[in-house]
Amino acid sequence: MDKFTTLTGIAAPMPLVNIDTDMIIPKQFLKTIKRSGLGKNLFDEMRFTQDGKEIPDFVLNQPAWRKAEIIVAGDNFGCGSSREHAPWALLDFGIRCVISTSFADIFYNNCFKNGILPIVMPEKVVKVLMEDARKGANARMTVDLEAQTVTTSDGQSFAFDVDPFRKHCLLNGLDDIGLTLEKVSAIDTFETGAAQSRPWV
Amino acid sequence: MSGKTLYDKIWDTHVVDTQDDGTCLLYIDRHLVHEVTSPQAFEGLRMAGRKVRAPEKTIAVPDHNVPTTPDRVKGIENEESRIQVEALDKNAKDFGINYYPVNDIRQGIVHIVGPEQGWTLPGMTVVCGDSHTATHGAFGALAHGIGTSEVEHVLATQTLIQKKSKNMKVEITGKLRPGVTAKDITLSVIGATGTAGGTGYVIEYMGEAIRDLSMEGRMTVCNMAIEGGARAGLIAPDEKTFEYVKGRPHAPKGAQWEAALTWWKTLRSDDDAHWDKVVTLKGEDIAPVVTWGTSPEDVLPITGVVPAPESFTGGKVEAARRSLDYMGLTPGTKLTDIRIDTVFIGSCTNGRIEDLRAAAAILKGKKVAPGIRAMVVPGSGLVRAQAEEEGLAQIFIDAGFEWRLAGCSMCLAMNPDQLSPGERCAATSNRNFEGRQGRGGRTHLMSPAMAAAAAVTGHLTDVREMMAEAV
Repeated sequence: MDKFTTLTGIAAPMPLVNIDTDMIIPKQFLKTIKRSGLGKNLFDEMRFTQDGKEIPDFVLNQPAWRKAEIIVAGDNFGCGSSREHAPWALLDFGIRCVISTSFADIFYNNCFKNGILPIVMPEKVVKVLMEDARKGANARMTVDLEAQTVTTSDGQSFAFDVDPFRKHCLLNGLDDIGLTLEKVSAIDTFETGAAQSRPWV
Repeated sequence: MSGKTLYDKIWDTHVVDTQDDGTCLLYIDRHLVHEVTSPQAFEGLRMAGRKVRAPEKTIAVPDHNVPTTPDRVKGIENEESRIQVEALDKNAKDFGINYYPVNDIRQGIVHIVGPEQGWTLPGMTVVCGDSHTATHGAFGALAHGIGTSEVEHVLATQTLIQKKSKNMKVEITGKLRPGVTAKDITLSVIGATGTAGGTGYVIEYMGEAIRDLSMEGRMTVCNMAIEGGARAGLIAPDEKTFEYVKGRPHAPKGAQWEAALTWWKTLRSDDDAHWDKVVTLKGEDIAPVVTWGTSPEDVLPITGVVPAPESFTGGKVEAARRSLDYMGLTPGTKLTDIRIDTVFIGSCTNGRIEDLRAAAAILKGKKVAPGIRAMVVPGSGLVRAQAEEEGLAQIFIDAGFEWRLAGCSMCLAMNPDQLSPGERCAATSNRNFEGRQGRGGRTHLMSPAMAAAAAVTGHLTDVREMMAEAV
């Protein structure tokens, strides 16, 4: 997993609430057995017509946001299915950070496993960031994970919360499985105990 | 100090390690696997030279991609789907995990197969790379969906890195009225709380109306906990649970059964447990409901009318406008005036025997309205066999339904069962998202009985009127 330290980039405004994982990556693209290459189908049915032409109104098709690395979104981003293809598609497109008032639980988890930082901000802050994002390519937003701040193109800075362990893993690009395997003796002990207390499992 | 909730108790039983910041390593008793969210995880194991730590606790079944037409015994035509199913065949064999291949009669939707085979037991932790894993909560098991990275983590370590959620109680008091089902309960709860209302919580459903439900009904309720944003939904086990589990292939037997039962009977929330959030609905206030929009929170009693976007507040105004445009609906239209093209009965929400019985009870002696495409997709090969034995299959066939083989089918349309643009479907599945059942497809969620009623009339219908006819 790539580290996430600081990011300065274009933010795309997506004020729609309840952007679900079927919108982020429709099911016909889940047939892959790889993690890579999903960026071209990110938001497929919002981004392209049925015959594959770009829908000009869609934010990521507009010149100002084609190279966006941050999304500022409406409430409950990432609701729906557990498909990790959603963060894979975002990452493959080049999105490293999503900011919203709230995220669905599984999507939120999945982001951290892939070097994407999901940031929860209060509604009034999301409004300010949404306005900043609307400025497009002329503006750059800065996300600093170490300092836990988001700074708009005109220098307004907002603090955010992040779980310390997740922050540590993201800052250092750590692999969860490697960390857990350091505790393998605790797992062994647990299994021995459980075999006594709940032998039917 | 206050007592513990059922969630607290199951959690405490499974903590392997706690870090200073409260992050826990949680032991996983059952890991269910399907073909769509697992190939990258198995590939990760191979690359790192790792094994599956507990193959005997890992159960795989292909369900999302599989065709449901009888000709599937000849193989899967779509190349990508076939590769994905073949990858699961190979991974199951290479890593030595329990497996129900596509032509095994026990094959079916993973959340139907798990309970059916007795893999799912009270007090367990159950995970799967699928958000509808919440279904297994009906047994008083802590069950939730995970992403593919976490699938790999569980395969390698039989644990999950977790932080504890908050406790939410959803109480459904009193009795349900005739024609009202578990699906109406779970949709009504989401209608009341919103799709983010449960975010950060594990829900325990309780109250007389929940106790009165069969295990099938309880699975329907818990299945959609995720649609309300909750990590998991739980129902405390009781005699109905034990009765359902007893004698299943992987349920404990003999002295182990007795030991298990003794522990399972302690699995209930203490009277003085602390709840971070409480939602109460009166059973008698719940009506047969349908969804009108593109979020499962867009729920209304069938007697209602399509709402105006302006009747909402905040970001929901624009979302409702977009939904109505997508759904091709005009505010003020009576829901019962909405004509449909297709009926889909099935899915992990409503593909169990009781669901098929409820739909067949409405369809008996009736025909599907002219021009309507209708299909029933049983949740497993065993559900299908039982429905054939009970004569339900013949009722569906006589009414004009297609009688399919088991799989996820049109719930998410990864197989050939899809809606065309603009096609409107009465569906017993769980998501009405844009494009969910096929690009441009329009989904109305409802109970199996309501879907059967719609099939007969050709429009959304209050099933209670049809029940009155029958009397």
